[in-house]
Amino acid sequence: MTEEFDQYIKSDYEAGFVTDVESETLPPGLNEDVIRFISNKKGEPEWLLEWRLKAFQVWKEMEEPEWAHVHYPKIDFQDISYYSAPKSMDDKPQSLDEVDPELLRTYEKLGIPLHEQAVLAGVANVAMDIVFDSVSVATTFREKLSEAGVIFMPISEAVHKHPELVKKYMGSVVPQKDNYYAALNCAVFSDGSFVYIPKGVRCPMELSTYFRINEEKTGQFERTLIIADEGSHVSYLEGCTAPMRDENQLHAAVVELVVLDDAEIKYSTVQNWYPGDSEGKGGIYNFVTKRAVAHKNAKVSWTQVETGSAVTWKYPSCILKGDNAIGEFYSVALTNNYQQADTGTKMIHIGKNTKSTIISKGISAGKSQNAYRGLVRMNPSAEGARNFTQCDSLLIGDKCGAHTFPYIESKHPSAIIEHEATTSTVSEDQMFLCQQRGIDPEKAVSMIVNGFCKEVFKELPMEFAVEAGKLLEVSLEGSVG
Amino acid sequence: MLSIKNLQAKVEEKDILKGLNIEVKPGEIHAIMGPNGAGKSTLGNVLSGRDGYTVTGGEVSFLGKNILEMDAEERAREGLFLAFQYPVEIPGVSNLEFLKASVDAVRSHRGEEAMDSMTFLKLAREKCKAVNLDQNFLKRGVNEGFSGGEKKRNEIMQMMLLEPKLCILDETDSGLDIDALQVVAEGVNSQRDPNRSFIVVTHYQRLLDYIVPDFVHVLADGKIVKSGGKELALELEEKGYGWIENEGA
Repeated sequence: MTEEFDQYIKSDYEAGFVTDVESETLPPGLNEDVIRFISNKKGEPEWLLEWRLKAFQVWKEMEEPEWAHVHYPKIDFQDISYYSAPKSMDDKPQSLDEVDPELLRTYEKLGIPLHEQAVLAGVANVAMDIVFDSVSVATTFREKLSEAGVIFMPISEAVHKHPELVKKYMGSVVPQKDNYYAALNCAVFSDGSFVYIPKGVRCPMELSTYFRINEEKTGQFERTLIIADEGSHVSYLEGCTAPMRDENQLHAAVVELVVLDDAEIKYSTVQNWYPGDSEGKGGIYNFVTKRAVAHKNAKVSWTQVETGSAVTWKYPSCILKGDNAIGEFYSVALTNNYQQADTGTKMIHIGKNTKSTIISKGISAGKSQNAYRGLVRMNPSAEGARNFTQCDSLLIGDKCGAHTFPYIESKHPSAIIEHEATTSTVSEDQMFLCQQRGIDPEKAVSMIVNGFCKEVFKELPMEFAVEAGKLLEVSLEGSVG
Repeated sequence: MLSIKNLQAKVEEKDILKGLNIEVKPGEIHAIMGPNGAGKSTLGNVLSGRDGYTVTGGEVSFLGKNILEMDAEERAREGLFLAFQYPVEIPGVSNLEFLKASVDAVRSHRGEEAMDSMTFLKLAREKCKAVNLDQNFLKRGVNEGFSGGEKKRNEIMQMMLLEPKLCILDETDSGLDIDALQVVAEGVNSQRDPNRSFIVVTHYQRLLDYIVPDFVHVLADGKIVKSGGKELALELEEKGYGWIENEGA
């Protein structure tokens, strides 16, 4: 059966086009002047420039991590451009009508609802922030959101309009020296989204950021900061794509979630960066640090569907600081062809009676390698803490790999930790049952894989769940015969 | 309906079918009986086009078409249905979703429009009732956690929905208690039609008390060694298979 799997291998990445806009792009290279340029370009206050320069010092002294189960040639950080923006953004557009139509068409092609009218017509109840290379190009529904007191804007703008919030929380969840890529991000971050939900407010709509890498030889280093004040609630979605290019491009983002007492953040990601071609050429290196701090009675839920990127290195984590805090991680990671993924989560239980749930579904096809890496730590203070982990791997064909690296540390005798793991294949019996009922093999595999991921998909907001199902289908194309 | 001439097939380099001939006309029920290892299940798998079964000689024509050149899904769409001896589980894929995909595929092949979800749900519920399965089974994963009897009834329900031309029941009676056997047999009997034929593969005569065949064939060592009417099954029940094998030799 494997030869037949191979025979059909071809990749079909629908978001792989390039947008022809005139861009202002820094030449490759990284030094203090580059950081000053970025900071100056955004008219940042002195404290932020200092903060960046400090991070740069930290980064220079750090080593690139090599413990992940991924292999790629060493990255030359001097061969990457750290800033690229469409020229038309120089005089920042004040509304969508002023945004370069070529940019708007890009998002239209990607099926992203940018025009508020289209959204209002019932396509989806979502406010969007759009990040194109290093800048945010549009944020929709700001007025409607501000009526509820919700702040949703590019982080570069929040630095000016809400410096007290940015200063207080940026770097509070992921410190500059946290890891190599986080430190790099702190030094050169370009843009990203900022969200603040005031006390007791239930955000009236889904918030969403769409990240797009367009320019060649550029890295994307966005930062997202979401603060849910006491008793508030927000659901946030994130999507990403990039053009098909032969070279590898770096994406090193930082996402920080602050979930104050009794608040809840639901954070969903559909990551579809260009995965490289069927020979393993090109694709995005996706090295991302995502972390949440949950205070008393707070709840944070990460749901991710990872189908893109040549190499993924990503562990959305929860620090369950307050008593009764809840952390959840639902993940589908699919690798095909030569993709590599090392992804999972960290659940750090500090408060009493904190609870965490981890449901991870890894699917490997082609010649790909897919690893789950997860840490569950019960601190000495975590009386009555509980964790449940379920970690399932599905193999398609016999040239791919699935790996599981669970780390469990329990320092409180009353803590309960459960770990279940399974590895299965799309079996010949299942395929034959489907075919004998008239279903063609491609549809059969996608149905079986979707069934495997069901527990995770049901955590996604409706529109995203449909998109995720379709995405799996496209990503799996060519994995069977 | 189905014409099998001198069919030879092997599995993993081992010859299993060694020149098998059967002629099935519309509306007929043929029972295939035989000792273990005679090639009974292989026949169903070869006819339905399963991977790993290599046809080395002979011809099979189904409704005038050479099906040996078709993929498994194509044969299914042409109206060939195999009820499995051990139906496999597909976790997380709801029975309803699976059935809809299946019926849609078959209908589209016939040039018919896909059924809308509500009409389909209504129809599926009806068929559930006919085989005495609770409607909840439509929501559950395909065969996921079903008992042996429930799995078999689920197979018959699929058959009812797909309305095939030729149904091959592969040891459908294995692992069934007498009540479940009756439900399954009633399901099959309700589908009897002048334009639909059945091949009932079984080890025991018991099933044939409920699904009464027009012809009984004895399969031994990859060939039909004896054919007769329904009374042949009773004779086999009484004397075992040994005497025929000896007779054949």
